[in-house]
Amino acid sequence: MANTADSISREEYFYGHKACAGCGGSLAVRAALKVLGKNAVSVLPAGCMSAVGFNFPQLCFSNNSIISTFAGTASMLTGVEAGLRARGFKDFTAVGFAGDGGTADIGIQALSGAIDRNDNIIYICYDNEAYMNTGIQKSGLTPFGAKTTTTPAGKNIHGNIRPKKNMFEIAAAHDIPYAATASVGYIDDFIAKVRKASQIQGTKYIHVIAPCPTGWGVPVDETVNIAREVVDSGLWYLAEYENGEFKLNRKPKEFTSVADYLKKQGRFRHLSDEDIDIIIKSRDKKWEYIGKNFKFD
Amino acid sequence: MSRKFLSGNEAFAEGIRLARPQVISAYPITPQTIVVERLSEMVEDGSLSAEYVHVESEHSALSCAIGASAAGARAFTATSSQGLLYMAECLYYASGGRFPIVMMNADRSTALPWNIYGDQRDSLSQLDSGWIQAYAENAQEALDLALMSYKIAENKDVSTPFMANLDGFVLTHTYEPVDIPDREQADKFLPPYETDNRIDFENPKNMAFSAGPDTNYIFKFKEHEGVLAARDVIAETEKEFAEIFGRKYTGLVENYLTEDADYILVTLGSIAGLCRETADKLRAEGIKAGVVRIRYMRPFPHREIAEALKNAKAYGVLEKDISFGSEGTVYTNVNSALKKADVNIKGYNFIGGLGGRNISASDIEDIFDGISKGTSNVNFIGIGGDSNG
Amino acid sequence: MRPYVRDKKTFSQSEVPENTCFEAGYLVSVNSGWRSIRPVIDNAKCVGCQQCYLYCPDGVISINDKKAAIDYDFCKGCGICAKICRLNAIRMESER
Repeated sequence: MANTADSISREEYFYGHKACAGCGGSLAVRAALKVLGKNAVSVLPAGCMSAVGFNFPQLCFSNNSIISTFAGTASMLTGVEAGLRARGFKDFTAVGFAGDGGTADIGIQALSGAIDRNDNIIYICYDNEAYMNTGIQKSGLTPFGAKTTTTPAGKNIHGNIRPKKNMFEIAAAHDIPYAATASVGYIDDFIAKVRKASQIQGTKYIHVIAPCPTGWGVPVDETVNIAREVVDSGLWYLAEYENGEFKLNRKPKEFTSVADYLKKQGRFRHLSDEDIDIIIKSRDKKWEYIGKNFKFD
Repeated sequence: MSRKFLSGNEAFAEGIRLARPQVISAYPITPQTIVVERLSEMVEDGSLSAEYVHVESEHSALSCAIGASAAGARAFTATSSQGLLYMAECLYYASGGRFPIVMMNADRSTALPWNIYGDQRDSLSQLDSGWIQAYAENAQEALDLALMSYKIAENKDVSTPFMANLDGFVLTHTYEPVDIPDREQADKFLPPYETDNRIDFENPKNMAFSAGPDTNYIFKFKEHEGVLAARDVIAETEKEFAEIFGRKYTGLVENYLTEDADYILVTLGSIAGLCRETADKLRAEGIKAGVVRIRYMRPFPHREIAEALKNAKAYGVLEKDISFGSEGTVYTNVNSALKKADVNIKGYNFIGGLGGRNISASDIEDIFDGISKGTSNVNFIGIGGDSNG
Repeated sequence: MRPYVRDKKTFSQSEVPENTCFEAGYLVSVNSGWRSIRPVIDNAKCVGCQQCYLYCPDGVISINDKKAAIDYDFCKGCGICAKICRLNAIRMESER
């Protein structure tokens, strides 16, 4: 464990920002930049991390950083990378940090284009499972059953009726050089994946679960614990795609309780036993698929 | 210098080759497509050294160009019509960030109904986006604009993106003999892009940030002043261009027989030639007709238009545009210029060429007839006045 | 270098940049006012394992001589560090 802390820069590149206390997204951005160092050029679309980090004259990135349009994280990354290369720079990393809405909804087209071109960029999706910056609206990565301000939990409809899009496998389906899932609850794993991505040529996609205490309805000191529990309960998984193969990084011997995970969060508190059963069944189906298709050493 | 028989699109691509953009983001749309095709061939044959990016949409085309410009590279893209509208968000982004990107727009009708032919509703709808907007009349001017555009846009006092507009098909696809400047002369005219508005590994920057109510209006004032500064920079650039290449341009407007004219038609783009021919014909008949061709819609030639029109008896504005429920946007702008300069003469608006509909010599004669005798305020050629009277 | 608070905090019309490009890591305000509770390190228990440093969303924890230290100017008091510490070397105390 100590090795991870010693392996990353002691500098802080994302500091003094106005993210909510306990913000998982800011942890993901901070950790990734400590891996990539001062020659990282970060591109962040309109969203939480740009809103909290870039209010002139309070500018919270100490590395070169720029806000992109909401839909344009990947396309601006492409331009930044091409422009710097055209000017003769070699020793830099163009890295994007976009939320779940900015990635799976409005930014998916530009992301697909960048992967298709195999542009030499790292795209990190910090997934807090809803449009948090605008006040917790449903995104394409909001999980089944979650209550958001646009998927109210009432008698007729119990929150969001659709499961999360599988962005990891969507990225992999482009035959991307490297894709990975991660969670800020397992920061060593995330840091290792960012480092690995920085050493691979072409497009890299990392999808990191980054809880939002405000939107999830958990205490602000629970961010890391809940980010671990989503993995431990099997509702998220740590995996990689490389050289055309899926690889599972962590296989819980026994899943922790899905009901416990859900009931801790305000957004799931309304769920019925039947709803929870649907979630467990869909988890089991996913793990059956993983068992068949993912390697595990 | 060499002379070639080129279409407007091809001439513009030749001008861009001479301007040496470092990043080109390309997405095809009729009738712009030839530009990105030619540029890809130039990159392939090594005559243009640029990163050529096959983006997946117009939004990404301009977003990529903004990223490249933020990296300090000279960036180019091209679009038309629906594509321009699709990237509209990025237009404001590029100008707000003061990124001197150059974009060619093939002026084309906007859906619905679908139509691929030329009118100017696409670019004129984006006058408020903060870009310099130029309108070429012929292929030679298109090439020369391509070369001049970067020099104007990248000037430190300007630092504003540049949209060069070519009428779809009528100009983009029409072949003319075009003089192509020598590479050495072009390099002498246009040095490499230098700016502080870019990523810097020695002194890192935070870019494209937010600014609250306390400073936001200051950024916007400076942006406005930047576009206004282009007035002088365009004049200086054209002077230098004439000294090196021998071709003279006339700034924000080009006047034809306006000095003693009683009736002046103000227009823009490729239709101006036919307007001038018509003015000649009317002059032979004893009618003192003149023509003002607007070359730049932004910065808008307020003073130049007022100066050209102040002694006329009446004027008309012929444009391929309508702001529904009001009038043609060019007409609105011209009227504002005259009002500010206290020029009080009768004016009429003529809307033509929508969806590529031909504007004939006799249409233009009718327009001059309407200007001299009086007609409805807003006239659709071939239909008549609107219900606003 | 980490972003730090600068002396110059307001900008007149002539000082506002011509474009949206400015010095990276330029801070004009701290976040200490957000806090209702603060983490306090018990140096007798802290072994410098760096878990709190790794997991702090604000990056306000540094390790000096194998002991965690907190930048209270920017700590928001979320308490993740106290939760993560397996040695109970961090306790959350009420701000007076």
